[in-house]
Amino acid sequence: MSTPQQPPTQTPVPQAVPDWQAAPGPSYTAAYTSPIPVTRTHLGHALASEWTKIKSVRSTIWTLGVFLVLVVGIGLLVAAQTTNEDFGNVPYTIPAFFGLVLGQICLITLGVLVISSEYGTGMIRTTFTASPQRHRVLAAKLIIFFAVAFVVSAFAIGFVGLVTESMHGSGEGTAWGGSVVKGALYVSLLGVLALAVGSMLRHSAGAITAMLGLVLVPAILPAFLLMSESLRTIGEKMLDYNAPNALAKIFGLDEGNGSGGGAQLGLLAGVTAAAIAGAFVLLDRRDV
Amino acid sequence: MIELEGLTKRYGEKVAVNHLTFSVRPGIVTGFLGPNGAGKSTTMRMMLGLDRPTAGDVRIDGQHYDRLKDPLKYIGALLDAKAMHGGRSAFNHLLCLAQSNGIPSSRVHEVLDTVGLTSVAKKKAKGFSLGMGQRLGIAGALLGDPRILMFDEPVNGLDPEGIHWIRNLMKALAAEGRTVFVSSHLMSEMALTADHLVVIGQGRLLADTSMADFIEQNSRSYVRIRSPQRERLLDVLHSAGITVVQAGAETLEVDGGKAERIGELAAQHHLVLHELSPQQASLEEAFMQLTAESVEYHAHSGGAPSPAGAPAAPSPAPAPGQWGDGWKEGRS
Repeated sequence: MSTPQQPPTQTPVPQAVPDWQAAPGPSYTAAYTSPIPVTRTHLGHALASEWTKIKSVRSTIWTLGVFLVLVVGIGLLVAAQTTNEDFGNVPYTIPAFFGLVLGQICLITLGVLVISSEYGTGMIRTTFTASPQRHRVLAAKLIIFFAVAFVVSAFAIGFVGLVTESMHGSGEGTAWGGSVVKGALYVSLLGVLALAVGSMLRHSAGAITAMLGLVLVPAILPAFLLMSESLRTIGEKMLDYNAPNALAKIFGLDEGNGSGGGAQLGLLAGVTAAAIAGAFVLLDRRDV
Repeated sequence: MIELEGLTKRYGEKVAVNHLTFSVRPGIVTGFLGPNGAGKSTTMRMMLGLDRPTAGDVRIDGQHYDRLKDPLKYIGALLDAKAMHGGRSAFNHLLCLAQSNGIPSSRVHEVLDTVGLTSVAKKKAKGFSLGMGQRLGIAGALLGDPRILMFDEPVNGLDPEGIHWIRNLMKALAAEGRTVFVSSHLMSEMALTADHLVVIGQGRLLADTSMADFIEQNSRSYVRIRSPQRERLLDVLHSAGITVVQAGAETLEVDGGKAERIGELAAQHHLVLHELSPQQASLEEAFMQLTAESVEYHAHSGGAPSPAGAPAAPSPAPAPGQWGDGWKEGRS
């Protein structure tokens, strides 16, 4: 089925060619008025448009599907391997952490693709012709993507938490609602950062690589930095604030109360805000 | 009504569009003509606010494009048949465009029907042929039922039936009082559709004239004569007051439609003619001659690029020497 169907070539649309032969010569004064009512466009229109866009491409289904399989699948496997005693003072959502460390890459990929696929295909010119207010398009993309990513990741983490509690719950577990919200927020913000980076770099592979570097390098580099005395403090900071470690803190893996990770979340929010600001500035300045 | 004023776009050293000033009026098809690389697409992108002009201004009915509150109802544009996400179906592609301008989704079905893509509406755009992609792009342009339509090389990739269809479509749209602005590098195509002609080369305006004027000024008609008794024929024609140009070893050319008179003269003087044929220089030749100085990418096949052998026709634009000068300076 790789060969496309022929377009219906039978009648070449009679209603589109009414009676131009009968039309008089050029009349410069006549101006056409459309029967379609004129509406002032606003952010709501852009949001509806972006919602249609994100749900009508295969890459969304794939990345979110793999994300769910990773988080829920690995989460349930971990839950099955643990015992009631393991959850003495950690939240029941901990099994979701292991899937999230891998699954965050899916959200990064989707975040980049939401915008860079438009540049890659040339769709962006059509988009900006339809909505010349570029900042509105980018804002709508950010909002829609964040909403989708947050809902999906919160659902996945919450689902794992519920199943784990039903398997290992003994009445007096720690509260785990906070870890759902913060965990979902962290990976969604990573995705939003990826979207902003994608908007600045305009290139899928480049932006995904840059984001992977941002997530992985601070997790790997400290191993080398800690060997040097002068670089030790930088190494320790990286160790503390890298993405996998931030998630670990959010899920209470090191402190055991599930309320950590606030500083890490704050840093990510700051970096994301800066990247978004950069994306908006560049968007306005550059040619499409 | 689209008005360009001193529109200029510079990419580093290279001037892509050089101080263009013209306006596109409603109710007619305006052809935008120029060789490859003349700056047609760049100009159109600046009209749509996609590229920022280095200098100058474009106004759509007096407004800047990015100030339009309902852009799709003002301008429908087909810039590039492949300017769409291949993974999205034709219907969804049009739907997301319609939604961004608050156009009801029923309109999507209407335009799909207009361009004849209803049966493949659910198919992904990446499986479309170039012609189908072109039709989908046109559907997107028609979506808002706009009063201005802009098509960049719309007949590219279309089959003859599709070309016929889009010609009639453009004329029909103009007849309804809309502004239709269509670019092409094919003079012959424009001769069939356009009422007005804007010609650019190397980013400069070469001509801004009505099609009728362009045809009148540029389609040189002449009579070609071949005769074994060339010298005697020359004398006869000369004494009859007819100006003759020697075009080859045996060939003579006479401007204007005087074939009958020449034939009669030859008969009177018992001269043998091997050929006596009225000729018409094509518009394509006139266009090539007009833009010859400014063609960016010449194919080098032996001699210098000749303007199709058509000898000096009256040109409606500035003297030929001026057109390419700035460009040559820029290149060296």
